[in-house]
Amino acid sequence: MASLEIRNLVKRFGDVEVIKKINIDIEDGEFLVLVGPSGCGKSTLLNIIAGLETSTDGEIIIGDKDVSDIHPKDRDIAMVFQSYALYPNMTVRKNITFGMKVRKTPADQIEKSLSRVAELLQITPLLDRKPGQLSGGQRQRVAMGRAIVRDPKIFLFDEPLSNLDAKLRVEMRTEIKKLHQRLGTTIVYVTHDQIEAITLATRIAVMKDGVVQQFDTPQVIYDQPANTFVASFMGSPAMNLIPAVLTDNGGKLHADVIQEDGENISLELYQPEDHLRLRVGKPLVLGLRPEAFGDQVHSVGDSQAIRKFSGLVEMTEPTGPDLLAMITLGGVEVTTRLHAAADVRIGSSGLFTVDMSKAVFFDPDTGDRA
Amino acid sequence: MSENRFAIGGAHANRMTIGRWLLFAVLGVFVIYFLTPLYVMVITSLKTLDDIRVGGMMNLPAEITFDSWVKAWNSACVGVQCEGLNGYFWNSVKIAVPAVLISTAIGAVNGYVLTKWRFRGADLIFALMLFGCFIPFQVVLMPMARMLGVLGLAGTIPGLVLVHVVYGIGFTTLFFRNYYVTIPDELVKAATIDGAGFFRIFWSIMVPLSIPIIVVSIIWQFTQIWNDFLFGVSFSAGGGQPITVALNNIVKSSTGVKEYNLDMAAAIIAGLPTLLVYVFAGRYFIRGLTAGSVKG
Repeated sequence: MASLEIRNLVKRFGDVEVIKKINIDIEDGEFLVLVGPSGCGKSTLLNIIAGLETSTDGEIIIGDKDVSDIHPKDRDIAMVFQSYALYPNMTVRKNITFGMKVRKTPADQIEKSLSRVAELLQITPLLDRKPGQLSGGQRQRVAMGRAIVRDPKIFLFDEPLSNLDAKLRVEMRTEIKKLHQRLGTTIVYVTHDQIEAITLATRIAVMKDGVVQQFDTPQVIYDQPANTFVASFMGSPAMNLIPAVLTDNGGKLHADVIQEDGENISLELYQPEDHLRLRVGKPLVLGLRPEAFGDQVHSVGDSQAIRKFSGLVEMTEPTGPDLLAMITLGGVEVTTRLHAAADVRIGSSGLFTVDMSKAVFFDPDTGDRA
Repeated sequence: MSENRFAIGGAHANRMTIGRWLLFAVLGVFVIYFLTPLYVMVITSLKTLDDIRVGGMMNLPAEITFDSWVKAWNSACVGVQCEGLNGYFWNSVKIAVPAVLISTAIGAVNGYVLTKWRFRGADLIFALMLFGCFIPFQVVLMPMARMLGVLGLAGTIPGLVLVHVVYGIGFTTLFFRNYYVTIPDELVKAATIDGAGFFRIFWSIMVPLSIPIIVVSIIWQFTQIWNDFLFGVSFSAGGGQPITVALNNIVKSSTGVKEYNLDMAAAIIAGLPTLLVYVFAGRYFIRGLTAGSVKG
C-alpha cells in the first residue's frame, strides 16, 4: 500500500501532446478514478503509471520512491485490463500464479496466496478451467485475482467493466468497491462511465484533451463542477446550462432568464457569493442539476431558496422512480427530474419550482466557474 | 455462423435441383481431370515393362509388381552411380528438416518482435522482408553462390540449409507477423507487469498460442524446400544432392530402354513426403491460414 504522486507529467507522441502537465496527488488507500471522454489521455496516463509507456517529462512517485525510470515489474503494481488479458493457454490457477512463478516465489507461498485469493473471490471451483470456459463475470474475477495475489502497492484498473453487460457491470462495480474496502489498497481506475466514477471514487480526476479539468471528491465534482465541461460530462442526465443575465434588484441579485416569447423569468439568487456582484449586468451561464427542479406539489429543498416559474412541457420520460420533464427555459431545453406522480402534461404549461441554493454559475466565454 | 454454411447456393441448396446436379457433374469432371495423372503414375509404376509396351496407358496392370519401386529406392542409376534414390532421399530430409525448423523459429521471433516490441522503422523492415518473398530464385543465384563460397559452404548440405533458411524467412515472418497482430497487446502488457521478460513472454504466452500458424509455416516451408530443384541443382554436388535433382538425373540418364515404371515409382517416392504432410496436417493448414479473420 502506498500513496501516489504524479508530478508535472507530460507525454508527447511526436508533435502531439496527449498529456499536458498533469499533477495528481492521492494518499495511501484512496480510490482515484480517471474519467473523461475517449481520447482524453486517461488510458495513456494509466499506462505511464504502470510503466508500460514512458513519459516525456515529469515524475511518478509511488510511496516515497520515484519510479519514473523503473521497469513495470519492479514498480510493485498490478493491473486489470479491459479485455482481462488472461493467458488463454493457461488454467485459472496458472494465470493467477504466473507472476509469482516468474518471480521465483517459493511453492508453498504461491499455494497459500492462491487459496487466499481464490477464496476471497469465490473462484476456487474454477481453478482448473481455462479462460475460454469462463463467463465474462468469472473472467473478470480471475483478472482481479491475478492482480490481488501479489499484494501490490497499487492496483491499476483500465476500464475493467466495459466488456460486461449492464446488470453484471453493476454487480461487479459493487464487488470492486467491497474489495477496496476490505483490502484498503490504493487504486487507480480508468473509466469513461461517469456513474462508475462517482460511485467508486474517493477522488475523481475529470480529464479532457490531456488536461485535468477538476480533481476533487465525487460530491464536490457533482455539486460544484469547475467548468461547463465537467458540469455536462458528470451526471446523467447532464447539468442544465441556461443562458441568463445577472441583475441587481434593490440590492438582491437575480438571474434573469429570457424566454423565447420575451417573458423574463427572474430567479433570485440564494446567498450569492460576493464576487458575483462584479458581474451584474453581464451574461452568465446558470447551471442547475435536473433534481434542483420540482413541481408545485412536490417541491424540493430549503423553502428559503425555492423560486417559482411557469414553463411549457415539451416532453416527458417516466423512469420509474421519477419523471423526467423537458421544458424550454431561456431558449434551451432543460431536463427536470420530478416526482413520479408530478402532474405535468406534454404541450401544456406548468408551474415549477427551482432550488437556487443548488445553482452554480459559469462564465459564458471561458466556461469556467464564475 | 453455422446456418451460413447451408446458405451457399441459395435458400433451397439442400434440395437436389438441376443446378445442383450440374454443379456436382462439373466438380466430378475436375476430380477426374486432376486425379488422372496420379492414376497413370501409380498403375504404370506397378506394371512390368512388357505390360507397359503391350497395353494402353489407362489399363490396369496385368500383374502387380513392386520391382520398380524397389529398384528406384535401391539400385536405379543416378548418373553413373547405381545406388537408387535412398541416399538422396535422406539428403533431402537432412536439408528440409533443419531448414524448416530454423526458418520457422526465426519467423516466429521476427513476427513477435515486429508486432509486440515495435521499434522505429519496424514497418519498413517488414515491408522489405515481404519484398524478399517476391524475388525470383534466379535473381539470387549468383550472389548466393558467391556468399556460400566465402563462407566455405559451397556444395554442402549445411550450405543448402542456409540458402533455404534465408529464402524462407520472408514467408515465415509474414505468417507469424500477421498471426501475432491478432493476439491482443494487452496479453504482453499483463505478462510484462507479471515480471516476464522478452523470451519468457515468447515461450510461455506466444508459442503456446501459435500452434496453428506453426503448422502452416512448417507445411509451407517443407513443401517449398522439399520440392526445390533450382537451389538444389545449383548449390549441391555429387552425393550431396537432394532427391529432386536425383530424380531428374534418373529420368534423364537412362540409356537404351526407357523404364517408365521406374521413372514413375521414383517420382512418387520423391513426392510422397509432401503428400503425407498435407494428408496429416492439411486441415490445420486451412484453419491456420484463416485464423484471426474470424473472431472466436
